[in-house]
Amino acid sequence: MLISLEWLRDYVDVDVSPEELAERLTMAGLEVDSLTGIGPAVSGVRVARISSVKPHPDADNLSVCEVTTGEATYPVVCGAKNIRAGDIIPLAPAGATLPGGLVVRSTKIRGELSEGMLCSEAELGLGDDASGIMLLPSDLPPGKELADVLALNDTVLDIGVTPNRPDCLSVVGIAREWAAIAGKKVRYPSPAVRESGEDISGIAAVSIEDPDLCPRYTARIIKGVKIGPSPFWMRRRLERVGFRPINNIVDVTNFVMVETGQPLHAFDLRFLEEGRIVVRRAREGERFVSLDGKERTLRADTLMICDGVKPVAIGGVMGGLNSEVRSDTETILLESAYFNPSSIRRTSRALAMGTDASFRFERGIDPEGVIRALDRAAGLMAELSGGEVCANVIDQYPRKVEAACDIPLRVGRVRDILGTVVPEGEIVRILKSLEMAVRPDGGGEGAFKVTPPTFRVDIAREIDLIEEIARLYGYDQVPVTMPAVSVVAGIADKKRMVAERVREIMTGAGYGEVINYSFIAPQAVDQLGLGDTDERRRQVEIRNPLTEEQAVMRTTMIYSLLLNAKRNAAVGRFDLKIFETGRTFIRSEEGRLPLEHNRLACLVTGLRYEDRWHSRDLRADFYDLKGCVENILDTLRIPAPSFRSDVREAFLHPGKSCSVFCGDRQVGFLGEVHPDVLSRLDLTGTIVVCELDMDLLANNYSGKALFRNPPRFPSSSRDVAFLVRRETEAGELIRLAADFHEELLEKVQIFDVYEGQNLPVGMKSIGLRFSYRSSERTLTDEGVNEIHGRIVQKIVHSTGASIR
Amino acid sequence: MREELRALWERTLAELRNAGTEEELLEIRTRCLGRKGLLTGLLRNVGTVPPEERPEFGRECNEVKEDLSARIDELLAELAAAKREEVLLGERLDVTLPGRGVRHGRLHPVTQVKEEICRIFSGLGFSVVEGPEVELDYYNFEALNIPKDHPAREMQDTFYIEDDIVLRTHTSPVQVRIMEKVRPPVRVLSPGRVYRRDSDVSHTPMFHQIEGLLVDRGITFGDLKGVLTVFLKQVFGEDTALRFRPSFFPFTEPSAEVDIRCVMCGGRGCRVCGQSGWLEILGSGMVDPEVFRNVGYDAEEFTGFAFGLGLERIAMLKFGISDIRLFFDNEMRFLEQF
Repeated sequence: MLISLEWLRDYVDVDVSPEELAERLTMAGLEVDSLTGIGPAVSGVRVARISSVKPHPDADNLSVCEVTTGEATYPVVCGAKNIRAGDIIPLAPAGATLPGGLVVRSTKIRGELSEGMLCSEAELGLGDDASGIMLLPSDLPPGKELADVLALNDTVLDIGVTPNRPDCLSVVGIAREWAAIAGKKVRYPSPAVRESGEDISGIAAVSIEDPDLCPRYTARIIKGVKIGPSPFWMRRRLERVGFRPINNIVDVTNFVMVETGQPLHAFDLRFLEEGRIVVRRAREGERFVSLDGKERTLRADTLMICDGVKPVAIGGVMGGLNSEVRSDTETILLESAYFNPSSIRRTSRALAMGTDASFRFERGIDPEGVIRALDRAAGLMAELSGGEVCANVIDQYPRKVEAACDIPLRVGRVRDILGTVVPEGEIVRILKSLEMAVRPDGGGEGAFKVTPPTFRVDIAREIDLIEEIARLYGYDQVPVTMPAVSVVAGIADKKRMVAERVREIMTGAGYGEVINYSFIAPQAVDQLGLGDTDERRRQVEIRNPLTEEQAVMRTTMIYSLLLNAKRNAAVGRFDLKIFETGRTFIRSEEGRLPLEHNRLACLVTGLRYEDRWHSRDLRADFYDLKGCVENILDTLRIPAPSFRSDVREAFLHPGKSCSVFCGDRQVGFLGEVHPDVLSRLDLTGTIVVCELDMDLLANNYSGKALFRNPPRFPSSSRDVAFLVRRETEAGELIRLAADFHEELLEKVQIFDVYEGQNLPVGMKSIGLRFSYRSSERTLTDEGVNEIHGRIVQKIVHSTGASIR
Repeated sequence: MREELRALWERTLAELRNAGTEEELLEIRTRCLGRKGLLTGLLRNVGTVPPEERPEFGRECNEVKEDLSARIDELLAELAAAKREEVLLGERLDVTLPGRGVRHGRLHPVTQVKEEICRIFSGLGFSVVEGPEVELDYYNFEALNIPKDHPAREMQDTFYIEDDIVLRTHTSPVQVRIMEKVRPPVRVLSPGRVYRRDSDVSHTPMFHQIEGLLVDRGITFGDLKGVLTVFLKQVFGEDTALRFRPSFFPFTEPSAEVDIRCVMCGGRGCRVCGQSGWLEILGSGMVDPEVFRNVGYDAEEFTGFAFGLGLERIAMLKFGISDIRLFFDNEMRFLEQF
């Protein structure tokens, strides 16, 4: 909210620099985001009086004026028609500077000397009016600097008012705060109004049909107004704080709203049928054209201000085009009301109409300040438009707005919360400075009952009072202490531990961490070619996404990583090793939270190592990433891990991919991305990805290591090369060996895999090294040979392999 | 004879000085000390020495022999060493060539900051807990004292899944979830992704927060100041000046915004701090009694404080990053800088 310092000074003394004011408001909770110095675009322009106006002897359109500043008199040639002798006007004498750096000079115009220039608002950069010379109030003394008398020097504060402080959404509100901070007194604007003539009851009537949405509605009638521009001072103040001046009626409603925080609306009484205001809910689907010219379709819970026949305003949000003040308006019905904050918020959200009025109403205005603002505005309207205020007000107040009163406050509690003793006298002083009524509670020592002013809608509880005390006592006055806490066991989190280990392993393997948005394009599942029944098609949809690319929560992280590869390729980075830990989301039934899974996803493409002298052109493949996955499973001691090519993902290369299992539970997948997927995504090269469910890994992670004595007896090994069909998996041979449950067979390693020259087409050779060891004795060759022979025989028998 | 012995010794020493190769040394050894060598020749002629001088002469001969023999061995060893050195030097590597093996990958800067903060707080006895990212309206708002139709909801532009299900707008719902589960004392930290409907140079629709919560008997606003002061000084340096100023969060009261002296300009005022000299770092406050009521804690018995901060903001300040969107572009030329 913008606050003009010059305006603020009307209600409170500010005897510090704008910077200090800003600092102290900020430290009391009214954060000043910026200070903007406002200076006139002119210099040397003075207030002057026109002594005489004579026609120019040599030009019909010009006149020659004699203008005095009191000290000096200037001849000025002028073309404007709106001036007469005696007018007080701004004079830019020779040497003065006008906006744009234009310097006024003495000159001769058609033979007549002109030593200055009479200025219009536009020429002074003060407004749009270029139709004539700016006429200043007749009581301004000539000779003064224009910038001083018109208060053209000002500072505008941009204050971030938190949602709990609607009372600070006004100049008076800020004045109150400053008064409490600095120990000043507020000079409230006078709501005195001179009434005359007819009683309002004969002219207008108000009825509230929905008091739950509109607990209070007050009105006044101002007759005989003459619509015109507001005086300069009012327009200047409104413009400073971001309002566009309209006319002397609308400007007053805005001015008083900014001054007091109470939104007001002025209707042209001519257009209110039957002279009646009826406050009621809209009819579902009812249409209405608001002041901004837009037609709105209303819902049944929208509060409308109607006349005897039709709606004339969306209550608390915006007036209607059908009843707005026009240039020929003569009689005004001025509204000042209290609307239900939630209702206004619902309406302004439903209609997407945030206005200065709705902003204040939805936060809560002072229910008891309604009449004061009404009177203040009526008085100003009469003064500025030449109208008169009819006798009496209409005040429909069917439902009293509850205000907090007699809130108990314990001095001991203040100490317990803040951790410091604020003296009782100080507490009372602070609360009183905030216009609260404080009285001792009969209950005993150090207890009070506090009644906040009605504009403090945020204060209802003891803790609210304690915050006020802390805020004005000063947070910096509270000493820094360390908590005396109970020592308790921490909460162990296996998932987090697993995620940390996984990140260590992956960075150790040279993979860099990425973080992608959790939302992706809904088409991602199509681009990956997921089957119709795939669980990952159960995407969580966002109702109000920012873009279509961020419209659903991801069910797999692979898509995001592929986009990362694409983005990096676009900037010339084709070698990539990246991973991400994050969550995927699977939709549950309606009303239930989706299933969230912690996952690890990795992607490798391009060179295995940075292109260096010792490893030229080694390209990363399936086995690079498989190594990482094995590392993870091994480090986490995942029991019974296996890689199965029979369970496949649609988006992976059917011949170069597999699923990762822990026992018979699938924990992830691994493989080259399917060439069709790559081409759909405009990607090239070989890309290998994997995704693991870290929650499942965490469930299977034991973290326990079991010590076994290092073997004391030597092992004995036998190498065998099996010639098998190309599609036979080495894992099968090893499984067959393991199935023997021969306790002397310590391990089987694959030392060679070969296909090509010297081998029949469609065949490959798998070299296995069998190691045998006993924990009790040194094995004899004969013993080993016997066991080994049986194992090899079984492998040959089961797979149809031959020994090379 | 003794003169001859002396002359032989001196001559041989001179020869040894000039000998440069293994062959020369071996030749000298054979010639002087061999079975048919010069020294042996001298000993054979011992008869020409007067009998009383013979023992003395014999001793001198042995001395010369031992001396020369030792010198020759030493020279031979030196030569051998030099030769081996030469062979090894011939195998020399270009040590300026880069080493083998993979470069360690980098953690995302946001993760780095998160881990640093978690380390600091785990040192203070905080446990790390997590909560769902797709969250019930109740936990994200209602239980945190942010009712429907309350303007405070405007502080956080929300992504909706259903009427009562949202993408969490902050990590604060984890506070409620944990307090529903455990009785005080509570000391937890909850990092994670959060979502707000906003996108520009300083906002991304997803970002990271860390939430902290401490509840026990007798916890005060002074303690809040203490813990957060310790924390911020560890992150930004012992000399970091900070200030606590009143603010508003629906789920804490009193609430405090914590600022540090601008790390860019040192408080003189710059673009980063908007000329104020201060940087907003985190939001905090004493847990509102209403929140305690919602989780069944007795607000008269227990007090506590909560705080929350944006990890990207801390990372931006620590690393001097000006555009938050860079964190999620995931370009290696950005990520590899950290």
